[in-house]
Amino acid sequence: MHAANKVAQCAEDWIDIGALDEIPRQGARVVRRASGDIAVFRTVNDEVFALRDRCPHKGGPLSQGMVHGRNVSCPLHDWKIHIDTGIAVAPDEGCTARYPVRVEGGRVFLSLTPEESGTSVSS
Amino acid sequence: MKERLVLVGNGMAGMRAIEELLKITPDKYDVTVFGAEPHGNYNRILLSPVLTGEKKFTDIVLNDTEWYAANGITLHAGKEVERIERRLRKVVARDGTSAPYDRLLLATGSLPFIIPVPGRELAGVLTFRDIHDVEAMLGAARCHRRAVVIGGGLLGLEAANGLLRQGMEVTVVHLLDALMEKQLDPAAAALLKASLEERGLRFIMQVQTEAILGDDRVRAVRFKDGTEIAADLVVMAVGIRPNAALAKSAGLHCERGVVVNDTMQTYDPRIYAVGECVQHRGQTYGLVAPLFEQAKVCANHLAELGFARYTGSMSSTRLKVTGIELFSAGDFQSKDGCEEIVLKDAGRGVYKKVVLENNRIRGAVMYGDTLDSAWYFQLMRDDTDVASLRDRLLFGQAHLGEAGHGDIRSRVASLPDSTEICGCNGVCKATIVEAIGDKKLFTLEEVRAHTKASSSCGSCTGLVEALLATVLGGDYSTTPKNKPLCACTDHTHHEIRGAIRDLELKSIRAVIDCLEWKSPDGCSKCRPALNFYLLTAWPGEYVDDNQARFINERAHANIQKDGTYSVVPRIWGGETTPAQLKAIAEIAEKYRVPTVHITGGQRIDMLGVRKEDLPAMWGDLSAAGFVSGHAYGKAVRTVKTCVGKSWCRFGTQDSTAMGIDLEKMAWGSWMPHKVKLAVSGCPRNCAEATIKDFGVVCVDSGYELHVGGNGGVKVRATDFLCSVKTSHEVLEYCAAFLQVYREEAHYLERTAPWVERVGLAYVKQRIVEDEVNRKALAGRFQYSQRFAQVDPWTERANGVDRHEFIPLKLVG
Repeated sequence: MHAANKVAQCAEDWIDIGALDEIPRQGARVVRRASGDIAVFRTVNDEVFALRDRCPHKGGPLSQGMVHGRNVSCPLHDWKIHIDTGIAVAPDEGCTARYPVRVEGGRVFLSLTPEESGTSVSS
Repeated sequence: MKERLVLVGNGMAGMRAIEELLKITPDKYDVTVFGAEPHGNYNRILLSPVLTGEKKFTDIVLNDTEWYAANGITLHAGKEVERIERRLRKVVARDGTSAPYDRLLLATGSLPFIIPVPGRELAGVLTFRDIHDVEAMLGAARCHRRAVVIGGGLLGLEAANGLLRQGMEVTVVHLLDALMEKQLDPAAAALLKASLEERGLRFIMQVQTEAILGDDRVRAVRFKDGTEIAADLVVMAVGIRPNAALAKSAGLHCERGVVVNDTMQTYDPRIYAVGECVQHRGQTYGLVAPLFEQAKVCANHLAELGFARYTGSMSSTRLKVTGIELFSAGDFQSKDGCEEIVLKDAGRGVYKKVVLENNRIRGAVMYGDTLDSAWYFQLMRDDTDVASLRDRLLFGQAHLGEAGHGDIRSRVASLPDSTEICGCNGVCKATIVEAIGDKKLFTLEEVRAHTKASSSCGSCTGLVEALLATVLGGDYSTTPKNKPLCACTDHTHHEIRGAIRDLELKSIRAVIDCLEWKSPDGCSKCRPALNFYLLTAWPGEYVDDNQARFINERAHANIQKDGTYSVVPRIWGGETTPAQLKAIAEIAEKYRVPTVHITGGQRIDMLGVRKEDLPAMWGDLSAAGFVSGHAYGKAVRTVKTCVGKSWCRFGTQDSTAMGIDLEKMAWGSWMPHKVKLAVSGCPRNCAEATIKDFGVVCVDSGYELHVGGNGGVKVRATDFLCSVKTSHEVLEYCAAFLQVYREEAHYLERTAPWVERVGLAYVKQRIVEDEVNRKALAGRFQYSQRFAQVDPWTERANGVDRHEFIPLKLVG
């Protein structure tokens, strides 16, 4: 979910993180912050999703994984994570926090407030 | 409106087809299932352990009624379909329930064969087919003492063993002079009989049942020779026959079973059939692995994908009697042109026979020690040339130079539950066995997904397959012979390479579209493979797809567990200079490299480098004359050498120079998997050339070339390819070998398994015996190297793929 409907409630939170074209299709880029990186993914269909850059398994940087469909394969042990929900693909179990992100006029905007439903299990 | 699919027969084959269908297209059909038995779908393979008391019925349920509801399937349990009205396209059950269909799937299974003797209808005469039979047998065991099992085949012996375990006195009567004659040769059958007798079973051989005697309940069994044996319970287990009655009554063409074509269609194209009721190419099947293959093909056509074909199965058998190890597969009776290799050790109770035809395994019978059965079966299905293994074949896979696993393999069944099976992921035996039972797993892939066992280095694969076999009997579903590349496609590696070449597909998108991938843009398994296949097929033309590469190859460094990277510069032939070492030392200090390590391939590994620092560090290395060592890639890695005759008093040639020349020729090339080379200056082989993908051992008269070695998970010594005289020839043969491997091996298949798969003879024929072909291969390698030998580090130091190495944004 793009969470565009949340724009109104937390509009002051949105940060312009760059142009869509700066994120490779079927790839990801990192937004660096002191409290932990956020991975911003772009699918083959130009959908954009953002997750905390830590695999729920062993903390691998998901931004470095391969993006296929709406999944990313963690580079460390090949867990698959749904990038739209942050939840591990079954039968693996785990979840990483997701962040609202939207694309407007070719720019990508990110909110640093994690979405409520995606609870982070990594620390 | 959705199309309506009706399944008649709520057993393993039919329901597997429905499950496969739901996986591909969950919303295409409204599904209705009729089952004669009054419950959900259960695992018929495991009836034997229910009879012995090792399992309960609830343990073997595959899909309970909630599952049907959750998947929107209408289940009519306990309603036997009486007729099919093909013109009105509906089925009608005995109680009048009817259901219209657009497509109909018949999976009516089989019926136990009842011997037409007087007294067969008496109380206490049972068959062994479904859970109802098992419950009846358990009931009889509680209040009766003497059981007679008619039939000394697989089913009969399992029934007899179960009843024995329930405390009955059991006699097995058999028409022939040897047990399980369809699966065993006389020698193995004799060992089996002796072992069962030791457990308390009695046998009467070569007798034909004439009548079952009794008034209301069975009292005795009389044979043709006039003798009688007292019995309170008689189990007829003389075989099964396809249950084609419903199909027959609907006018569908049936012979022994319902006749289907390679797409599992009957003569009425709206009606499909799978499972034991089916006759395909003259064969009927009673084991689960073939039925599952049929189910998969059927689902493919029901989903209107339309490309899968069923071409028959090779099946294997295992007796599910705890403590008795028995395996049989293929054609094990010697015929003209066949050879037998036999190992018999009556003292240990071990018997193994492998039947060969043209050095290919045609059949195998094993008794007492069946640990290598999966391996033999694989060799048989793959039609592997075993000429090079013949002398050790019967001693098993552990004796082929696979170090470290031999001991544990030989004890898998008796291992304690806490034994670690998968060392990579720390998975113990109990976890795997429980998962197989609780999660209803049938295949290696499923065990990998649920437990992670065997999903990393794969060295425990044989153990996991052995565990599957122990839990499920011989009926577990082995990996199909022609494995699809990944779950995104049903095409094999071979078919995909062929399509890329023949249809001139020149991008990943073109392959995915043309071969109708099931996923929008592939997965982490197929994209790197496609990228490699395209790169090999169209050198200089195909543009490498960065997003189809694993992070290490995309970032040209090895990702470490903490997300930092390691940097390994190329050190040609393992020879370096003080100036190079100084340069590396200064660079390591400049970038505060926390760990510097000497690798096994005679190079220096700088670990713990931050990704942002990589381009600048590479720039400094490049300025000092280094290029990438490709230590991160499916590529040519190192060429290990000894100092050879320039220093060593035993050296016969300049092995270091030879190694450097090889590395200068081969560096930068992408491969199906990592490739390591070595050159030793004499047969003392200090560079360990005989465990490398391509190894050269210098001798006084020239160079010995060795291929297909591996020092990793599974140690394999090389095969000797040939001797050559000049260093020029070494280069040519090496280029030709690398190219044929690049062009023909599956992605992620190392040279060792590749050479085993295609056979050394084939490699020799392509490279040694055919000079024209060798030169052509070497030429193609050299051509592709013109585009490959560009140092990726220098490029990136100069700004290529800059986005890969820097954050998109810094915040907070």
